[in-house]
Amino acid sequence: MTRSTLALALAGSLSSALATAAYAGPVSAEYMSGKEKCYGIALAGQNDCAAGPGTTCAGTSTKDFQGNAWKAVPAGTCTTMNVDGHMGMLEPKEG
Amino acid sequence: MGAATLDLFAAALLDARSPLPVGLTTAREEADTARFAVYRNNVHVGLTEALAQRFAVTARLVGEEFFRGMARVYVQDHKPASPLMFEYGEDFPDFVAGFAPAAGLAYLADVARVEAVWSRAYHAAEADPLSVAALAGIAPERLADTKLAAHPATAIVTSDHPAGSIWAAHRTDPVGAVAAWKPETVLIVRPDAEVNVHVLPATDAEFAAAVLAGEALGEAAERALGANAAFDFGAALIGLVTLGAFAATERG
Amino acid sequence: MSIRDDRLALPPRAGLGLKPQHYRAILSGEPDVGFFEVHAENYMSAGGPPHRYLETIAGRYPLSLHGVGLSIGADRPLDKAHLARLRRLVDRYRPASFSEHLAWSTHDTGFLNDLLPLPYTPETLARVAAHVDETQQALGRRMLLENPSTYILFTESTIGEIDFLEAVAARTGCGLLLDVNNVMVSAVNHRLDPFAYVDRFPAELVREIHLAGYDETTDAAGDRLLIDAHGTPVRTDVIELYRHALSRTGPVATLIEWDNDVPDFPTLKAEADRADALIAAETARRNAAQTRAA
Repeated sequence: MTRSTLALALAGSLSSALATAAYAGPVSAEYMSGKEKCYGIALAGQNDCAAGPGTTCAGTSTKDFQGNAWKAVPAGTCTTMNVDGHMGMLEPKEG
Repeated sequence: MGAATLDLFAAALLDARSPLPVGLTTAREEADTARFAVYRNNVHVGLTEALAQRFAVTARLVGEEFFRGMARVYVQDHKPASPLMFEYGEDFPDFVAGFAPAAGLAYLADVARVEAVWSRAYHAAEADPLSVAALAGIAPERLADTKLAAHPATAIVTSDHPAGSIWAAHRTDPVGAVAAWKPETVLIVRPDAEVNVHVLPATDAEFAAAVLAGEALGEAAERALGANAAFDFGAALIGLVTLGAFAATERG
Repeated sequence: MSIRDDRLALPPRAGLGLKPQHYRAILSGEPDVGFFEVHAENYMSAGGPPHRYLETIAGRYPLSLHGVGLSIGADRPLDKAHLARLRRLVDRYRPASFSEHLAWSTHDTGFLNDLLPLPYTPETLARVAAHVDETQQALGRRMLLENPSTYILFTESTIGEIDFLEAVAARTGCGLLLDVNNVMVSAVNHRLDPFAYVDRFPAELVREIHLAGYDETTDAAGDRLLIDAHGTPVRTDVIELYRHALSRTGPVATLIEWDNDVPDFPTLKAEADRADALIAAETARRNAAQTRAA
């Protein structure tokens, strides 16, 4: 594809996409925030109290875990995860 | 000498097998291992807990005991570079990828990557996202050479596994289902106050990654078209813009 | 550079640590809380929701900025980049108070995420005073230095903790933050009388008090070992010690620290109400004494 053909193709593709009703007016706040969308798949939100690790000026009476992690076996939801209606999927399905 | 004292203290703190540093005492006038252990606990439990908070889904996937064991190995060799604890664990996903006992969970490191990127997006700089109107204002003949600036919060995680869907399934209680086991390209954005996570259409994944990395639209589009003739440049670009993936810039 | 005295900046009220899980409850409920305190390091991010919430909350309540990562007690120079970050935060939020710990937390291997103890010697005194001075110059304001919780002692220490803090204050003009729970923890751990500690503490330098809950265990010899855990209500003996401290300092801003197993906001607020009642009682006691004297 030559430079000019490409430029034409891109401009045409963009303008036809822009011409669809969804973009005719100003984009709504809901659209920008991803609450309403038609591109890709939106995954779960929940942003509250999600600041993650913070500093502490406190100590702890919890004992440091020094078990042998190399012998431990994952025992969380990875053993019960529901994929495609199949439970206990530890490994991805081939194909 | 005070200086040497703190060096010895730090060394003993970081190596649980090392004996107590000299120069410590108690009201009984003898050193006490249980007392020094409080400091070792504070450091290691505190850092392990920080990882458990940032990588809550990873922890849920493997269970608390396994996670704490894995985190503890990481903590031993990776102390925070700064007192900014929200940055701690940037390379924890890479560590998980190489952690042999977790090798059976091929997707685990990618889920951790989604979590790392999520919290980075949460704390990223504020910026107005590029609007569709601004995109529409770019002169057609300049479009191919245009490079868009990624929003400071935007990042992509490319996974051979459904890393995004697994992550999302674990943001609910009880854990939700993963609809289909297939590779996912996960886009994390924060156009306003909230972090949003999207799975991109497979046909657009490479294009999105290239454009967000600063490649000119024309080059990225040409490659995407070469890989898949059905690639829709306009839909992909507008899609990314409406999700808030790019930052508003003066030009364009 | 002139160092501003913030003596009256924080109100003589009970305040609470600001927790992300309570942002919304605080904004919607507009609770009557004397002030909020945040750890400076948690707001050193470029942007995002924490800053948005803090902007609003700092607009409604007095703010106390409490550092945990400056490592004032370390045997190495202060981190200039960290001081610059602190200055930016102070300039942005204009807190009523800035405080840090008599402790160290950074070393060659990185940030150790704990407030570690230091020996009290003429050498460490000179270093801490220089660090406090440097911090005050960098921030263009007076700071408060907090007494630590400690679990061990150093054989080389030659200066008592109170004398050490008093000397730093005398050399730098800094104020002091009296953590009453830390007093109880250290006193029990080192077989000292916590009331005697409070009696000897320079009350006129105290600009803020901290309260928290401790955990209890035993050391290798079976002696009581208290841990500054911040995961429970303030213990009864610490409340008694606090009452005694107030009788010496007079009504002063008092923070409830609850950082682990953080409860819902009403539970936290009830702790603040308890401290507020004690501050009000001390105010009433002083007023009554004044009336009698007149």
